[in-house]
Amino acid sequence: MMNRLLAVWHARNLEFVRDRGTLLFTLVVPIALVVGMSIVFGGPERPLFKVGVLSTRVAQESHPFLHERYVDFVPVTDRADAIRKVGRHQLDLLLDPKDGAHYWVNTDSPKGYIVEKLLLSADHGAVREPVTGTAVRYVDWLFPGVLGMNMMFSCLFGVGYVVLRYRKSGFLKRLHATPLTPFEFLSAQVLSRLSLVMVVTLILYCGVAPIIHFHTAGSLLLLFLIAVMGALSLIALGLTIAARFSSDELVGGVLNLMTWPMMLLSGIWYSLEGSPHWVRLLAQIFPLTHILNAARAVAIDGAGIYQVAPDLAYLGLTALAFLVIGAWSFRWRLD
Amino acid sequence: MSEPILEVRALMKSYATVTAVDGVSFTVNGGMCFGLLGPNGAGKTTTIEIMEGILSATSGEVRYRGEPLGRRSREDSGILFQKTALQDFLTVRQSLTLFRHLYARGHSVDALIQLCALEKLQNRDTRKLSGGQQQRLLLAIALANDPAVLFLDEPTTGLDPQARRNFWELVQSIKASRKTIILTTHYMEEAELLCDEIAIMDRGRIIAQGGPRQLLREHFAEVLLELPKQEFPASARALPLRLFEAGDRIEITTDDLDGTLRTLMDAHVPLTNLRIRPPNLEDLFLELTGKELRA
Repeated sequence: MMNRLLAVWHARNLEFVRDRGTLLFTLVVPIALVVGMSIVFGGPERPLFKVGVLSTRVAQESHPFLHERYVDFVPVTDRADAIRKVGRHQLDLLLDPKDGAHYWVNTDSPKGYIVEKLLLSADHGAVREPVTGTAVRYVDWLFPGVLGMNMMFSCLFGVGYVVLRYRKSGFLKRLHATPLTPFEFLSAQVLSRLSLVMVVTLILYCGVAPIIHFHTAGSLLLLFLIAVMGALSLIALGLTIAARFSSDELVGGVLNLMTWPMMLLSGIWYSLEGSPHWVRLLAQIFPLTHILNAARAVAIDGAGIYQVAPDLAYLGLTALAFLVIGAWSFRWRLD
Repeated sequence: MSEPILEVRALMKSYATVTAVDGVSFTVNGGMCFGLLGPNGAGKTTTIEIMEGILSATSGEVRYRGEPLGRRSREDSGILFQKTALQDFLTVRQSLTLFRHLYARGHSVDALIQLCALEKLQNRDTRKLSGGQQQRLLLAIALANDPAVLFLDEPTTGLDPQARRNFWELVQSIKASRKTIILTTHYMEEAELLCDEIAIMDRGRIIAQGGPRQLLREHFAEVLLELPKQEFPASARALPLRLFEAGDRIEITTDDLDGTLRTLMDAHVPLTNLRIRPPNLEDLFLELTGKELRA
């Protein structure tokens, strides 16, 4: 029995080592994960308060409050947007440090109350501008993220593995013997998965939203459109990954390589506000970032189609680009 | 027979270390059943897949009705691969409907079901079909577009004798409708029964081509004698006879049956289990290559 076991063990090891692509991804994915998590969760201890400062060069401002410790001073340029964030408790306070400093604080925010005391201890003469508004509950912020994450997994893994299975079983080869073109096949896969994802997302939304008292400030129809465009982009990405490969492990590796950065950097669990500039820039590559940005803007801020048009355009363009790349690189049969 | 429908010219397919098809040329006339015969690895499947347009050739060409392969040949072809999986969880009827919809024209699904005797199976999950039933379904799929040319790549490999005979009957009924059939097989009985013309392949080359009876006439004397190998004395191997070893048998071909029998008796070869029969294509392959077809 041991001989048989060792023979199979040896053969499997040889197979694994000789599958260069899988081997590479097996090594790359955990390294990428560690690096990604160290970037996102690493760095110095996080400050207690987040204060927006109406200035592009906070370090050069001389206002005494800006020397306080344990406060994260975030430069802001859009005064109206920053005041809205104070109203939603996304910023604890907003300071305009110029002569005769003004500050905006939400009178209902506990953290705003404390950080205001700190400010007044540093500058008695700062002029108070009260802001009202209800805090955005974490669950309201998280819910679109969880729906988006579910869509991402369903689109990428569902489509990727199905196409791979078809290729390995020879079903794709049989289809190749018909007049069906790669673009037709891939489009059919996109539409099939899109229907499935949208039904599942609708069921999740309708089932969970009443339980957690989730209210959409904007148009539900627009939210639906964002979900459709987002799913299209993610499905097309999944098809592009599955377009050529024949190895389960390789496809799994590449899909993990796609999903984990999106999990960490697209803002499913937490806002990237305050993250390094390059991290926020990198996050803009991922379709999921645009799905969540647009969905939260509509659901929480009541944004209209013009405000989320850039995100929708990005999702539409990436869907088209991925589909074209997928059709171009598509392979019906195994090596 | 009518005009050539498929022309294969100096076809070659090479991989990194192997030449699978090595300069193969032949012509298939419309309405005939053309057989590619040979053992595993002879290059039959590679040749037929290039003819189907599924695989590209390293050099040489295949012409369909005088034109290079393209959309027209694909629309006109029906293919039954050696191994094909279908989509999971679909019934026989649903699988046929899927493939029927991939073509602009063809038989109705009901006609296909009737043609391949699938009436009782039409609502069965395709994963629950036996080997023979699966092949009948795959044949029905290959006929979905009512093709002018039907490619059958080892269609009865792995089937039990009964299922194989049922399948042959189906192919004969299709052949009767004047469709052109290209068949690969390593069952000589299949080739003899179905094919009008055969090309015998070995190591990527055609080593003999013609009608089955014509080939047998060209290469064989009239009769073939078979004797069990273990009963055949070693000393008798030096006799002036055309002897071949074929598995557990010794085969002798001759056009002088009386003389051969006398020689064997003089050499004290036991003739109790002697069998005399006319030669077939398996014997031809052995004659041409010195090895058995299904070795």
